[in-house]
Amino acid sequence: MAILLTENAAKHVASQMAARGKGVGIRVGVTTTGCSGMAYVLEFVDELNAEDKVFANHGINVIVDPKSLLYLDGTEMDFVKTGLNEGFEFHNPNIKGECGCGESFTV
Amino acid sequence: MVLFTIAEPGLGRARQVIRRKRAAGIDLGTTNSLVAVAREGKAEVIADVHGQRLLPSVVQYRADGSHVVGSDAMSPVADATIITSSKRLLGRSRADITYQLPYVLDASAQEGMVRIETVAGPVSPVQVAADILQSLAERAQTESGGELDGVVITVPAYFDESQRQATRAAARIAGLKVLRLLNEPTAAAVAYGLDKQLQGTIIIYDLGGGTFDVSLMRLHNGVFEVLAIGGDSALGGDDIDRAIAGWMQQQAGSSGMTIEDYRQLLQQSRAAKHALTAASTTTVTIGSWQTQLTRDILHQLLDGFIETTLKACRRVLRDAGLTIADVTDVVLVGGSTRTPRVQQKVQEFFGRAPLCSINPDEVVALGAALQADVLVGNKYGDAALLLDVMPLSLGIETMGGLMEKIIPRNSTLPVVRAQEFTTFKDGQTVMTFHVFQGERELVSDCRSLARFELRGIPPMVAGAARIKVSFQVDADGLLEVQAEELTSGIKSSSVVKPSFGLAEHDIVDMIKASIESAAADKVRRTLRERQVEARRHIESLQAALQQDGDNLLSADEKHKLEQVMQELAVAATGEDALLIERLTESLNNLSRDFAGRRMDAGIKAALAGQRLDSLGDKL
Repeated sequence: MAILLTENAAKHVASQMAARGKGVGIRVGVTTTGCSGMAYVLEFVDELNAEDKVFANHGINVIVDPKSLLYLDGTEMDFVKTGLNEGFEFHNPNIKGECGCGESFTV
Repeated sequence: MVLFTIAEPGLGRARQVIRRKRAAGIDLGTTNSLVAVAREGKAEVIADVHGQRLLPSVVQYRADGSHVVGSDAMSPVADATIITSSKRLLGRSRADITYQLPYVLDASAQEGMVRIETVAGPVSPVQVAADILQSLAERAQTESGGELDGVVITVPAYFDESQRQATRAAARIAGLKVLRLLNEPTAAAVAYGLDKQLQGTIIIYDLGGGTFDVSLMRLHNGVFEVLAIGGDSALGGDDIDRAIAGWMQQQAGSSGMTIEDYRQLLQQSRAAKHALTAASTTTVTIGSWQTQLTRDILHQLLDGFIETTLKACRRVLRDAGLTIADVTDVVLVGGSTRTPRVQQKVQEFFGRAPLCSINPDEVVALGAALQADVLVGNKYGDAALLLDVMPLSLGIETMGGLMEKIIPRNSTLPVVRAQEFTTFKDGQTVMTFHVFQGERELVSDCRSLARFELRGIPPMVAGAARIKVSFQVDADGLLEVQAEELTSGIKSSSVVKPSFGLAEHDIVDMIKASIESAAADKVRRTLRERQVEARRHIESLQAALQQDGDNLLSADEKHKLEQVMQELAVAATGEDALLIERLTESLNNLSRDFAGRRMDAGIKAALAGQRLDSLGDKL
């Protein structure tokens, strides 16, 4: 089981964490909102929870709670630029359907 | 594709913690009111601490400034005024009240909404409604454990704008957030549709204490569509009580009753009516006089009222272009449909037994609660999307005073429709939009709703500007009209309440008038269209002649064109549509060659002095 970061994504996470000045890694998870069932959570982590799983990618700790991992296993997180927008993008092999806007998904 | 940013700890998670919102459906009735709350798609009427589900719509105002709501308010005490059936006064002026009331109206308020005289001073019907709503909301709050996030309040389908506004005002005074005002029959359909997955064409026959509504609805795949509505906003169980009281007064030969006597007489009439649901005869008394009221006499008193309701049913079917055979189910709503005579007559009329499996007093509140639950944001399963309809078409005035319908009558709400229009004159920079509601072909026969202007259109030749006019009506019936010139992006808009001031009979009259005058309207429309077309041709030809007429045309050609143009100009002021069409056609033919030459000349001018290789980039 694993969550992957591309090298480009890791570089951006590292620079954002450096700018923030603290934190042990980033948390990737799912929550049950959105118009298609589930939505991603992406946030900095200052403290680990007991049940958390940690995956190291290019020197960055990606932290996932075990429930979310069920929905996210094999997901690759990338950093992309499209036009004027830039940000992180999830490639999740577990997805069966996405809502029109792509903000939420079903597995 | 959605791109994410990394949030601070806890922020991303916060979305996970969502409190289930508290919403209630309120049936604010003439005689009785109810409140219901939905949980997981099941609605339930909330009883008070004594187990009473119906709250009599009665408020007693006392001299010490306090008030009591419900059954406690019905027993008279010293220094108090009892107010019943005040829903019929909501949003009404003195001139609207033509029947006897068991209380006195404030004589000083001739203009605007009526006020009721009480021992505690004049009280407006809005305040009475607010006190009832407040009492119901307290029940729901006790039940669901906290402040309500929103309520759906039901109103008769034919409540006009001022009555709806008065209902909203009452909710505001009671401190409630109104998610939506829902038509009572629509709410009943929600209750049946969601609970029983009914499909087909349904008549909702709602005879309550003070109002009669009939709605023709289509249920399909869990979606409700109102096909047509009709009814009478001043007909109900109260009228039956008054008819019985009148019969008793007449039999006993009594007159000049005090208000208190009359109130008691009405109460006795209602009790007698209820008794005759099971018994075939009952005893009624006025003072020492007494007699037997039999079912036969009650039927005689009732049949006139029932016939009025069935007439409305017939009208609604005709309005939707359907017959009795198309109706798959009839739903009975309202306490007065418990009367066996009503059930019998409805069954005879529709040729089928009406549905009354859900308590007819509660069905409206239950449906409202289900809608409230969906509207407040609580999702369960496949929550039904409720569609209401536009009672009359919406459109704008186009050249020649024509009504261009943009949203047709009976469109389901919410709705967005857009249509492109263009300028009429060369260099036109301003366009006026006049929004109308109605079914007729000419705006002079429709109702004006709003007028606004789009300024700053870049000067162009007539017909080159592209102006998109969009009509958007939200679920509450609020209309927003927006005009946008597409090449420049300039915008202008206006917000209107489309049903403003239109009462039931206005709507019915307007629809009837459109059917009766359809043929004549079409002739007038054709004429106007030809006239406008002719004038447009003349204008553009005149402009072209002025610019190029002398260079590109011989004197003879030019003279001929001008002659036909003159003839057409005269014809366009007349009423002969055929003549206008013929002359427009011949002017078209005559000017075709001229138009061709102008185009050639234009291309030549554009190409002059250009080298072929530089043109290659442009083409």
